[in-house]
Amino acid sequence: MGRYIVARLIQSIPVLILVSVMSFGIMKLVPGDPAILIGGPTATPAELDVIRANLGLDRPFHIQMWKFYVGLVQGDLGNSLLLGKPVLEATIERVPVSLSIALYSMVLTLGFGIACGVVAALNRNGWVDQGAMIFALLGVSIPNFWLGLMFIILFSVHLGWLPTGGYVPWQESIGGWFATATMPAVSLALLQIGLLARITRSTMLEVLRQDYIRTARAKGLPEFVVIGKHAFKNVMIPVITVIGIIFSVLLSGSLVIESVFSVPGVGSLLGSAVLRRDYPMIQGGLLLVAWSLLMLNILVDVLYAYFDPRVRYDHGR
Amino acid sequence: MTTAVDVAGQVDLRKRSFLQRYPMVRRLLRHKAFVVGAGLFLVISLVAIFADLIAPSDPSRMAVRFRFRPPSAEHWFGTDNLGRSQLSRIVYGARLSLGIGLAVVIMNAVFGVALGAASGYFKRLDNILMRVTDALMAFPPVLLALGIAAALGPSSLTAAIALAAVYIPRTARIVRASVLVVREMEFVQAAMAMGAGNFRILRKHVLPNCLAPLIVQLTFVFAFAVVTEATLSFLGLGSPPPTPTWGNMIAEGRQYIRDAAWITLIPGIALALTVLSLNLLGDGLRDVLDPRLKIAQD
Repeated sequence: MGRYIVARLIQSIPVLILVSVMSFGIMKLVPGDPAILIGGPTATPAELDVIRANLGLDRPFHIQMWKFYVGLVQGDLGNSLLLGKPVLEATIERVPVSLSIALYSMVLTLGFGIACGVVAALNRNGWVDQGAMIFALLGVSIPNFWLGLMFIILFSVHLGWLPTGGYVPWQESIGGWFATATMPAVSLALLQIGLLARITRSTMLEVLRQDYIRTARAKGLPEFVVIGKHAFKNVMIPVITVIGIIFSVLLSGSLVIESVFSVPGVGSLLGSAVLRRDYPMIQGGLLLVAWSLLMLNILVDVLYAYFDPRVRYDHGR
Repeated sequence: MTTAVDVAGQVDLRKRSFLQRYPMVRRLLRHKAFVVGAGLFLVISLVAIFADLIAPSDPSRMAVRFRFRPPSAEHWFGTDNLGRSQLSRIVYGARLSLGIGLAVVIMNAVFGVALGAASGYFKRLDNILMRVTDALMAFPPVLLALGIAAALGPSSLTAAIALAAVYIPRTARIVRASVLVVREMEFVQAAMAMGAGNFRILRKHVLPNCLAPLIVQLTFVFAFAVVTEATLSFLGLGSPPPTPTWGNMIAEGRQYIRDAAWITLIPGIALALTVLSLNLLGDGLRDVLDPRLKIAQD
């Protein structure tokens, strides 16, 4: 197991480096002079010089890249132009907000997705099955930001049950957190539930055809033991691999959803950075998000290898 | 006598209907989801193509007198905060949405196939190219598209380039996977043994046998591109405002959500229907062209 984890970490190094090169390179895509875009049309040449000096744009390319990597090793991703504080600090401050909503959404997705999938497989072509299929289809078709707005129209404007936006940390008030986090979390989760249900369903059907299930039934075990113990554990294996993907989708979605519900998370931070051309923030944000996702994927792979030892052996060969 | 049989046989062949000659088409037409998706997509495409004829007025013509009119017989989809006809804006928005989607699909077909084929066929390139796609795929799609769009500045062209950059690695992966399988097949080995050049083998033998998964993938890329383009314009990074895009319309309607919900509601429905039609189309194509995936799913 230890060897597997080390091998997986070593494998990821080239990708981590490539991701950092891409994050650095994205600012070089800016046509013309970024200083003019940041300073705006009214900036004087002296002001532009200050912007260039602050961003290190007045230096040759290789020096810029060198400084970027020296900073990276020291945990310094530069300063946000808008907030005037370090990119890393600004991002980390907002992580708990996004993470709490993402986890809330993840719990909803896993709970409802797996439950619907199991029920759909056990009653094939029944109404849960049909419903899960329609849900999955709508899930990939309805844009989540629009769904969020529809929730605001229904639950905030018409019914007046929930606030239209904002965020209350759970440390301050659990009720307030639920009130503000529910609509963002549900609009993110709703679209994933159908997909997860489909995956769980097809795996469950596959597992139910296996010999060991027939043996378990032949032994005279009650059906809920067969399903709950023998089948369910094996259904979880592919589901774990999807968790990484789902989390990545939730994170990607939170970018837009946070701006719809005015939630002060990492997503809305990057969203406003993008709109106001806060290049160091965009650069650092891209890097941090991609690196965390890569790490999460490694974690998922390790979990997968733990639950299904065959993966480790395949890898060794 | 023999000639008569021959003639009869030929006549028979000619009499076979179009559907008999192309069993694939027949199977597609029997697939309910495909037919619904294809029909819906055809209607939306026709609306986009004939936008000038369908739109009741210029999509940017403002009429302050008719601001915030809810949907009625006169204004089918109502009017927005500047009194512009929502119907006209939806119709022209369809043109832009599908145009960008198509551009992304074409770029994916060209670069995705080139990269995927190179990676699957030439083993030396494989490791490098796949690490690059790994790195590109490490970024969440919307975030990467936003980053690129932010760097290049908001416009339709930028949106198309950003979306292509997001989905090309994914297409390349799929092409690579099928090239890896096909290149080991006997007819490819035979062509190699006969001394055919690499380029000829790829073009004549390998790629035609990788078409099915590619077509399915491109349909889904189209769907993703339409949603993500709307997301970019919603966030203000697509075509800049007076241009009617569905994302812009939703973003503008957001301020008036309390009193004029239809401004937000209708473009969203148009968007969801377009993406739904493409997903149904893709599901149908996948079931018929690539039955192995279907078995894996059920």
